[in-house]
Formats: sequence, structure tokens, C-alpha cells
Amino acid sequence: MSDRDLSPAAVAPRVITLTVNGAPRTATVRPYDVLLDVLREELNLTGTKRGCDMGTCGCCTVHLDGRPRLSCLTLALDCADKAITTIEGLRPDARLDTLQRFFAETGGSQCGFCTPGFIMTARALLDANQNPDDAEIREAISGNVCRCTGYVKIIEAIRRAAAEERITAAER
Amino acid sequence: MPADPMPSHPHFHPEGPQVVGKPVPLIDARQKVTGEALYTDDLKLPGMLVAKILRSPIPHGRIVRIDVTAASALPGVRAVVTGQDAGARFGVLPVSEDETACAIDKVRYVGDCVAGLAAEDEETALAALRLIDVEYEELPPVLSIEEGMKPTSDPIHAKTIDGTNVQKFVEQRFGDVDQAFGRAAFVRDGKFRFVGVTHTFTEPHCVVAHYDADGRLHVWSATQVPHYLHRALAKVMEMEMHRIRVIRPAVGGAFGGKSDPFPHEMIAALLSRKCGRPVKIRFDREEVFLTNHGRHPTKTWMKLALDPDCKLSALELDAKIDGGAWGSFGVVTTYYNGVLCMGPYRIPSFHYTGRRVYTNKPPCGAMRGHGAVNSRYAMELLIDQLAEDAGWDPIDLRLHNLLPPYTTTINEFRITSNGTRECLERVRAACDWNRTFRRLPYGEGIGVACGFYISGSALPIHWTSLPQSTVHLKIDSDGGITVHSLAAEIGQGSDTMLAQCVAEPLGVALDRVRILSRDSDTAPIDLGSYSSRVTFMAGNAARKAAEEIRAQLVAAASRLTGYPPEGFVLRDEQVIFAPNPGIAVSYMEALGEALARSGALIAKGAYTAAPPMGGKFKGAAAGLSPSYSFQAYAARVRVDPETGEIRVNKVWAAHDCGRALNPIAVTGQIEGCIHMGLGQVLVESMDFNRGNLENPNLLDYRTLSPKQMPEVEVILVESNDPEGPFGAKEAGEGPLLPILPAVANAIYDAIGVRFYQLPITPDRVIKALDEAGRPPKPARPEARRPGHEPAPPPARPRPTPTQ
Repeated sequence: MSDRDLSPAAVAPRVITLTVNGAPRTATVRPYDVLLDVLREELNLTGTKRGCDMGTCGCCTVHLDGRPRLSCLTLALDCADKAITTIEGLRPDARLDTLQRFFAETGGSQCGFCTPGFIMTARALLDANQNPDDAEIREAISGNVCRCTGYVKIIEAIRRAAAEERITAAER
Repeated sequence: MPADPMPSHPHFHPEGPQVVGKPVPLIDARQKVTGEALYTDDLKLPGMLVAKILRSPIPHGRIVRIDVTAASALPGVRAVVTGQDAGARFGVLPVSEDETACAIDKVRYVGDCVAGLAAEDEETALAALRLIDVEYEELPPVLSIEEGMKPTSDPIHAKTIDGTNVQKFVEQRFGDVDQAFGRAAFVRDGKFRFVGVTHTFTEPHCVVAHYDADGRLHVWSATQVPHYLHRALAKVMEMEMHRIRVIRPAVGGAFGGKSDPFPHEMIAALLSRKCGRPVKIRFDREEVFLTNHGRHPTKTWMKLALDPDCKLSALELDAKIDGGAWGSFGVVTTYYNGVLCMGPYRIPSFHYTGRRVYTNKPPCGAMRGHGAVNSRYAMELLIDQLAEDAGWDPIDLRLHNLLPPYTTTINEFRITSNGTRECLERVRAACDWNRTFRRLPYGEGIGVACGFYISGSALPIHWTSLPQSTVHLKIDSDGGITVHSLAAEIGQGSDTMLAQCVAEPLGVALDRVRILSRDSDTAPIDLGSYSSRVTFMAGNAARKAAEEIRAQLVAAASRLTGYPPEGFVLRDEQVIFAPNPGIAVSYMEALGEALARSGALIAKGAYTAAPPMGGKFKGAAAGLSPSYSFQAYAARVRVDPETGEIRVNKVWAAHDCGRALNPIAVTGQIEGCIHMGLGQVLVESMDFNRGNLENPNLLDYRTLSPKQMPEVEVILVESNDPEGPFGAKEAGEGPLLPILPAVANAIYDAIGVRFYQLPITPDRVIKALDEAGRPPKPARPEARRPGHEPAPPPARPRPTPTQ
């Protein structure tokens, strides 16, 4: 695009405040920096993984206002007014999130590199749909790549977590 | 639960196993689900630089000139290395050390490392790469197996056979193949074509190197083979091994793709030594694809005979293997394509020729099921065809031809535990075979196939007298048990396995055991996580170390109670006098007594594959293993004859793992193997155009999506191996083998067409159906079984469809 402003002023780093895991975090970002870089390199939130840098593996999935987003394809500047949640912010205390617990217990995590992305994707699914069927689970995770599990125990973990959360919700 | 049909294992307590055999979550799973686990790219060292690699844009060429002046002068650039900085050759196999840190004189594939540089930040590093001026004189690239087999004046590597680009030629002959074919009742042959596929682990390669102020080199790397990396670094850096420390952080998948020492690891080390700063190299996804070391593209011709008694009588096999630019594990691959395909069958005559050819493409190497996958596909398809020729049910024919347990094969493999028969019988029952095979409606099918794989290589890569696995064990007064090992946890669960093998003899809870398996400074040698060796070898070493400590705890309990040491058992964190269980001391009491005398409880355990085994012929060591795993799978498919779409609905997977130390881990390995094998048979393909990889990303290189993954019913067969730790054998690779041919045989059952070329994509299905004139579903075999009817008369072999 010929009208793109590439002047030093336009591409200069600027200091912004991002809301990450419920807390304001200040970061120095350039207009072209993606959220993944800012999370991992600036804020040292290394639980969000870098698998491809082009939106094909899902390892970098985080939540923006509760919805799953690929942080490698999201400009950090566009996130200034949004609530960002990473795997580190999924649990409010030392206890594991239901999904984290079932991913561990069922063997849904082997090498673990894709796991944070899967859990963030699944969290968004269960937040929107307490009782997903098998097809809905498979559809939801079809943007995430796992090469260890054949997805079998990942799907099982999500199913079991959903079941437990339904029971917990019913008891409340 | 039914009683254990197997004799109780000598390692177990009288009450049976307390820890092994129980499904336990991997001990590092909580670290991984929270994002706490640290992978190499998560490490940041103070002052760390970003390094990038300049890669060859051409498949084959001479480097006329490299000028790094401008790149070095760019502010922020701290070090540059080229081929001139390190001449030493390395490679995972001592017989084919053909790699250097950076290309010297020649580049050999698009992606070959030409130079590396380290800078203060990524942008500076990338800008500096563009300032490196390289002049190439292009050479004609060798891009196919056929071209590589021709004589040439300019082979890709100096060391090849007869002036061609053939790196390795193997020929093995056992028994009288010609006579057996002459007497055969049925003969089938086929030409098979396999494209390259790659591991596609999610974590890109990454390395951090720090040459510190004391002149010690620390290298953190995503590797399966820290010990081989250690050796290669010592060679390339010309440093003594004790001055180098290799650390393996959490590894995000490997599958054989991180089982070589790599040029980028050397480049990072060289750069750090040049500038005295820590250096990180992290690959982008395209670099991961170009680094490859995946499964070799292969052209396989196989011919198999069935004698009048319906016994397999002869196997002839030729494999032409496209190695790409480096040797890697290729010499082993060349042997494995032949020697690993006879089992689990008894075949009395065998002739194999195999050659691996260097080409100007990304190097191939070891990938899950290394060397055995493609030949297995051919083998299991031909057996199915022979069954059809002979009018046998394919499961019956397989059962009729199995190796028994505790035998020796024609090529002198020592077979010990063997559960293939149980695998086949249980799969047959589970999938309702007798009511489905050849009885499903057109477009639906079921198929079967077997597998056979090594449980570790009996002979190590380096001919040393050192054990293949050593484990150190230490218990101090806090009661925690520390295990030092260099067995690489790569997601397969080896840390958990080690903890189980230690907790079982000591009768303690799993969380008392902490595994330090990352650091060459503290760990004794283990050869690493490849060839499905870790459970068998490191597991045995850990068990032995724990048994030594166990004896000391028993001696302490004996002193404390006054009862003889022979009667004590350890379980539930107690040392109990079995004849009178009221006499017991706690684990901590026994430990206190033992420590009072010795200061610390320290033990070591080691494993060397024994006893001596194998023949005396050339290549006799290839494929020798202290034990073998066996599989039988059935797959149920639906093929849409209009769209060509193949849907695998269900897989029944029976695997003889000896004993499932941790059923969660074993079933996870099997499910992962099925996913990877289904990828190769249905969707995966590395596509090249004039030496350029056309699909170096996860969008264009497809793996099986969650929506395509079938239901899997795992059937664990426990043959209780006499030498495996607590009876265990491998579970990480063999379970990949049968899925490809089981699916292909099921497709034949569905639509009556055989596929000799992978992947079996919808367009190939349509094309094959059209070419075959849309054949009907194959007919049902008559129910012939051994002994029930006279053997069929010799018949002329049918013409084999070609690819």
C-alpha cells in the first residue's frame, strides 16, 4: 500500500498499558508487534507457546475478552482496550482449573507444548457451551495441532471437565 | 478382575506390583497444563543474543565466495560464523559423519546452513543476514533416486559407492529364495511408492549456548539425544567433553526429529564462544520443515511366496531410499527397511537389496517406526493378497504363519516374549471380524495388519564397552529419592517411567521420587530417546539401582527389628517382615538407620543389552534387540465412491508391550502412533519442486485433524518379557506400523482397489476406481483353515496391478 505511513514517528515504539490476567501491564510496543511477542518477550509470560508464527498451530491461543484468539496474528496495539487472559491467568489461585486438572489426569498432555493453547481453546468452548457434544469439541479444537495424543485424550479431558463443571454448576 | 494369566514376575512383591501397572498421570503433567514447564525458547539468560542462520537458496552448488564484512560491521552484530570457523565433521552415526556446522565449499540442499550470526535483537540479526554476500556456482542438482543411482563426476558427498550418489548398499540373503518361489502355490509382488513425511512436532527446534567466563560451554537444546549432542559438540568445538554441559529443557515433541546432533547447535556454540555472550537460535516453522530428518521417500519392490501348505516361504525385497543431503541415521534405515519386515512371521528364505541415495533435498533420518513403516505396508498388503489367492481369511493366514515366542529368526534375531497370537485373536473378537470382513455393504470395509518392532537396539551406535543406560540414585535424610539419568523426557513419559521403576522396589509413593534427567553435569550416560530403548534400558538401570538401595533399607530394618533380612518386603512406605506383618518399620525409620551408618544412600544401576546375540554375517547387528514388540490392528473405513473421501471410523489396536507400566502412557503412545500413521496413509506428503519444498508450513503440509481422528480401542497385550523392567517392552514406535496397511486393506475390502502409492487421497481414489472399472466388492473367502482341507493346488500367480 502506497499510503502506508512508514515514517519514523509512525513506526516508533510506544508505551501502552495492557490488561493481562486482570492486572495492568505496561509494555513498549511497535505498531507491528504481535501480542505473542509482547507476552513472551516483554512480559515474560512464556506459558503461551510459539509454534508457527502464522496462525496454523494454535499453540499461542489466548483469550481476548473471553474469546480465543491466536496471539501470533493479533497486533498488540489492538489489544489495549481488551482483557487478555493467558494460561498463567486461567486459575485464580494455586488450584488447577478443571480443564487443567483433566488434561493432566487423563493424559491429554504429553510433550505439553500444545497444551496451553488447547486448554485456552477448550476453556472458551466450555464457557460458551456447558455441554458440548463430541462433534462440537472436535470442531472447537480443530485449529489446534497436537502431534502426541492423536487428540483422543484431549477430547476425553474436555468431555470430563465439562461433565464435572455441569455437576458443580448444578450444585451451586 | 480376572487373575493375571502370566507367571508373577521375579521383581514383584508377593502381593504383586504396587506401583507399576497402575494408571498414573505423567509426573510433569501439572507443570505442562499450567504453562510452568520451561522449554528451550522459554529460557532467557542475561545478555542473551539472538542468532539467525543464512540458508542456501539453491539445491546444489559450490560456494565461490562468502563476504561477511558488511554483516559484521552492522551495529549490534556481535559474531558471525561460516564454514571456515569449524571444519570438523559430525553426524549421529560414526560411519557417516558428513555434516559440518556451516557448509564448507558446497551447499547440498535448499536450507543448508551457510552462515550464522548473533546480534542484539532479531531485527538486527535479520538485517545482517541480508548483508552477507555469497556467490554460488550452481551444480546440477540430484533430485530423484534414479538420478542419484547414475554415475556422476560430481557426487554430493566425497564418500559414495562407485562414483554414484549411492551412500549405502545392503544385500542380505538367507535360505534358498529361488527354490521357494519355484515351489510356491501363490506368489504376489508389488511396486510401492512412498513420499517423504515429517515429524511435525509442535515445538520448533531451539538452542541456547553460553560459553562462560571459565571457558565452559553450556548448551540447552530441544534434543532427544543429549549424549550424542555432547559428543558432537566436543568434536566440532575441539573441547574435552567435561568442559561441555548439555542441558535438555522440556521438549515439545520429537518423534525422531530431534535425534541427531544438528548444525544449528554447533553454530550457536561457535557464536557464543566468539562473542562470550549467551546466544539463542529459534527456528521458524519453515526452518523446521527444511531441517526435516523425516521418513525417507522410498520405492519398494516386494515379492512374497506362499507354499502349498499356506506357509509363507520366500520374501524378496528391494528398497530404494531417498536420503536427502546428509547421512543421518540412513545406514540404519537402509538395513531396517529389510530386516524388520519379516517378523512377526516365520519366513524361511529372504533376499534383500537396499540402497540409500544422497539427493539435494532436506535430509531424511529417523522418524517414529524408523525404517520399518514402508516395508511393513508392502508386506501386509501382499499377505492380504496371498490370503485372497489361497481362499484364506487374512487373520487365519497370519495366525498360520506366526513366529512362536522364544525362537530365532532366519536372520538370527533372538525372539523372546511374543504376544502376536493374542493380539490377533483379541482384535478379531473385538472388531467382530467374522461377521464384518467381506460382509459389509459396498463402500464400507474392514482390514487387518500386524507389526513388529525393536525394543531398543542391542548394539550401541558407538562401539564402546560402556553401558547403554546408567542411573544414579541418591536418598538423603529428607526421604526424597533423587534419580539422575540422561534419558530424555520428550513427552513420552520417560521421567514417569523412571519414577515408577524406582518406586516399585522401594515400596514408596511416586511423589517421593524426583527425576533429574536434564543435565549432563549431574547425569550418568544414557544414549537417549530413540529406537524405543528407554523403558527397556533406562527402566532396567533404574530398577537395578533401586534394588541396591532396597537391600540397604532391608538390612537397616533387619538391624532395627532383629529379624533376618530375607523375610522383608517394601510397600506402602513400610519395610515389613512378611512372615509376621506385625513386625514392620516405616520407610523413614529404616532410612534413618541406614543413613546413620553410611551418611547417604547412593546406588547406581546400569543396563547393557545382553547376552551376546545375532549372527556373524555383515549387517547382523542391524535390527537386533533385546526384545521385540508386536501388534495387530483392525481398521474400519468408509469410502465414498463419488468423492473419493476416506473416513476411518474405528481402529482396534492390540499391542504387546510386555507389561504396561503405566496404561495411561502406553495407550497415549498407541493413540499418537495411530494419528501419525493415519497421516502418512491418508494426507501427509512433502511436496518438492526442483528441490524446493513446496509446503513447508502446517497449512499446506496437512496432518490429520481432530475431526478426522477415528475412535480407537486399545487392547493391551502383556506378554511379560523376561528381561524387560517388570516385564515391559516398547510402546512408542511399533504401534505406528500396522495402521497404514490395516487402513489400506480395509479400503480394498470397501471398494476392491489396492493402493501402491501414499497418501491415499480422494483424487487417487477416484482415479483408481475409474481405472479399475469400478470393481465390485471383493468376494468372501471360503472358510478354509489349517488342517481342515487339503492344501490348494499350485496356481499361476495373478498379474499384479501396478501403480
